[in-house]
Amino acid sequence: MATQQSRSAARLMMAPAVVLLLGWMLVPLIMTLWFSFRTYLPLRGGDQGWTGFDNYVRFVTSSAFWPAVQTTLMIVLGVLIITVALGVLLAMLLDQPMWGQGIVRILVIAPFFVMPTVSALVWKNMFMDPVNGLFAHLWRFFGAEPVSWLSDAAMPSIIMIVSWQWLPFATLILLTAIQSLDSEQLEAAEMDGAPPLKRFAFIILPHLARAITIVILIQTIFLLAIFAEIFVTTGGAFGTRTLSYLIFQRVLESQNIGLGSAGGVYAIILANIVAIFLMRIVGKNLDN
Amino acid sequence: MGRITLEQVTKSFGETQVIPPLDLTIEDGEFAVFVGPSGCGKSTLLRLIAGLEDVTSGEIRIDGNAATSLAPAKRGLAMVFQSYALYPHMSVRKNIAFPLRMAKLDQAEIDRRVNGAADVLNLTDYLDRRPGQLSGGQRQRVAIGRAIVREPAAFLFDEPLSNLDAALRVGMRLEISELHERLKTTMIYVTHDQVEAMTMADKIVVLRAGHIEQVGSPLDLYRAPRNLFVAGFIGSPKMNFIIGAEAAKHDAHTIGVRPEHIEVSDSEGMWSGVVGVSEHLGSDTFFHIHDTGLADTLTVRAGGEVGFKHGDRIHLTPRADVIHRFDANGLRLA
Amino acid sequence: MARAVTPRRKLVNTGLAWAVGLLIFFPILWTILTSFKTEGQAIASPPIFLGFDWTLENYSVVMERSDYGRFLMNSIIIAGGSTILGLIVAVPAAWSMAFVPSQRTKDILLWMLSTKMLPAVGVLYPIYLLFIQLGLLDSRAGLVVVMMLINLPIIVWMLYTYFREIPGEILEAARMDGATLKEEVLYILTPMAIPGIASTMLLNFILAWNEAFWTLNLTAVDAAPLTAFIASYSSPEGLFFAKLSAASTMAIAPILILGWFSQKQLVRGLTFGAVK
Repeated sequence: MATQQSRSAARLMMAPAVVLLLGWMLVPLIMTLWFSFRTYLPLRGGDQGWTGFDNYVRFVTSSAFWPAVQTTLMIVLGVLIITVALGVLLAMLLDQPMWGQGIVRILVIAPFFVMPTVSALVWKNMFMDPVNGLFAHLWRFFGAEPVSWLSDAAMPSIIMIVSWQWLPFATLILLTAIQSLDSEQLEAAEMDGAPPLKRFAFIILPHLARAITIVILIQTIFLLAIFAEIFVTTGGAFGTRTLSYLIFQRVLESQNIGLGSAGGVYAIILANIVAIFLMRIVGKNLDN
Repeated sequence: MGRITLEQVTKSFGETQVIPPLDLTIEDGEFAVFVGPSGCGKSTLLRLIAGLEDVTSGEIRIDGNAATSLAPAKRGLAMVFQSYALYPHMSVRKNIAFPLRMAKLDQAEIDRRVNGAADVLNLTDYLDRRPGQLSGGQRQRVAIGRAIVREPAAFLFDEPLSNLDAALRVGMRLEISELHERLKTTMIYVTHDQVEAMTMADKIVVLRAGHIEQVGSPLDLYRAPRNLFVAGFIGSPKMNFIIGAEAAKHDAHTIGVRPEHIEVSDSEGMWSGVVGVSEHLGSDTFFHIHDTGLADTLTVRAGGEVGFKHGDRIHLTPRADVIHRFDANGLRLA
Repeated sequence: MARAVTPRRKLVNTGLAWAVGLLIFFPILWTILTSFKTEGQAIASPPIFLGFDWTLENYSVVMERSDYGRFLMNSIIIAGGSTILGLIVAVPAAWSMAFVPSQRTKDILLWMLSTKMLPAVGVLYPIYLLFIQLGLLDSRAGLVVVMMLINLPIIVWMLYTYFREIPGEILEAARMDGATLKEEVLYILTPMAIPGIASTMLLNFILAWNEAFWTLNLTAVDAAPLTAFIASYSSPEGLFFAKLSAASTMAIAPILILGWFSQKQLVRGLTFGAVK
């Protein structure tokens, strides 16, 4: 659909973006790979040469590894289940005719715009503080003993905070998807005698399948990389150390670059597995 | 001046050749219509002439000068697009003035030409509106206005009427023909509608799969279609084709009879059949006739007052002097 | 066409939706309210909802004590700078992919996306090291570049989906009318794409403003934006609820307002055009 001239101009115009991203991807990636095969302790003797796959083995066999994997999975799965289930319900509710729809939408979406450090801190102190937190007041009001949320129930607390942040995202995308559903389809199903629950199961849910998949994939990628929420609340204590956080600690806190880099390579591989599925869907969408 | 010549022009997209080697000359001042079913390459051909696509091989000349590798704007052609392609963020005045602004004409000259075009196209009252505030027909006129201010060597029209409703289409058809009479500039017009081709063209170019099937005046094509494709494409309702014994009587593989060349009678005729659906247009009636033993359905045009009903037996007689004969390859027999 | 429902049904919907909406919004509302309380009232038991002595004292304390202005400036410079820089790089790229697509366009787009999926923690040390080597650690310039790079795929994608909605015939018309490539971009494409470019800027600004991995790890004092400012409240100052609330409100207020304007674009930008 174009002439030779415009094609060479196009290539030239694309070059800066491509070169920058290529550099941004390749340079650190190669460095991480390089470090992952070396014993590198900047504070304790610096670069001490090749170690082969030692770092990879040590990272996986360290006592912190499996708990971290488990924590990561629990957070990702927990948040996904909560946000997708509530997101579908909320999207359907918001799609109904009502007064002040615009304002309700704004209220629901707001948490997404709160920076992670703020939401983590507000939840940690003002809601989950065992003495002065709002939850403590609430528990005392009902005669119960206040809970030390972030130490005694650290995982559910973190899952809750993160779900609160991501529920708007899921809701918004699912709402957009629901609104694209042709209402004549639902009316046709109604004419065909399908009751509301069947209409939900056979028309609405299949229509949302793609949007749900996209929500799951995108959230997974972001959730795997969750950082600030843990950094601010528990600092990785009380069983909330995720894989990302473990790597962060190895690299910046204990300055074991080789070990951290090996962990980084694992994280990259993990993210890529998810990414491949996402790309497939996005790629298909590009074709039409 | 605007004589456009294509010599052995081809176009391929990747491996697929959409235009096989093609020669064509459009004379200065001619109104040429490229017509054919969708996907026949007519728009691609127009875009090659416009310079919006590169030719794969061959030469395009405009007034004898090589134009094959000239940028679109340097060819001195103006184009009216199917979607009108008006600039939505500019007023009508700015839309029409845009090519002149690009050509760095001085403001007085731009105003003079824009006002002139607006006058010709009845757009004077709308000059300060945005395209979004105009009706389809008005947008079409703005697109034409943007083309005529450039005083091009030739106008290219890419299915310009296909987005208009039926009534407007007839009106715009007349306006474009009128414009051609007045300007006497070469026009190349792409359409899939044979009615537009018949009514507007000096020269019709019938295309199929990138091939030129026939070139000629509307009446040439109507009277002497070179093959079955052209015979079926030109004329409405479509020509009836009959094969078999009846065709053999005329020493042909296929004979073609236009619906308007068949006499109807309730008592006698060469052929007979049963009336199926009849379409009453008021001025004419089209009968679709079954069980003739000649073809599945024969279409016949009769006067508006002729009153056969569904199921009636009808007798038909073709006019002997306008029976078209084709050989087994679908080519016209002399 | 939304179907008409009975007023009763609409009332139930409204009640339910507002209840859920307020519940979700409550933490933000509570933070804003608390920011106007005295420290004593902020931890009063039972909690006071509205009947407290409204005061602006917390805001003035926070601003005096922690040099709020500098953090705010850093946030604005980092988010704004990376957005503008990103646009400069992305507009031509998205233009060429949308209007002069080749067989490789799709691959390039997907590859760009894949760079966005690279977990930051995987490349933390190399970037950290490069920043030290280049003297960029704790500098605004360094963060502007990093933020631009991590959001570049989203900017390119969003612009691409907006550009694709501009009919190619209009650009061809401009070409026929004698516009050069520069004139075509300047007079036709850019004005037509302004709404799309504006929402791309908005979303990118929000994402950069809220980014809390690189901003926490690559800054210390000079270049620290609001994310780091808030993180510094984690303890023990976090126990001063009213001041924490005032600081939080100041950090999120601008973006909440911007964000509400960008709802629609948010979906497009974050799903890479897969949901519209």
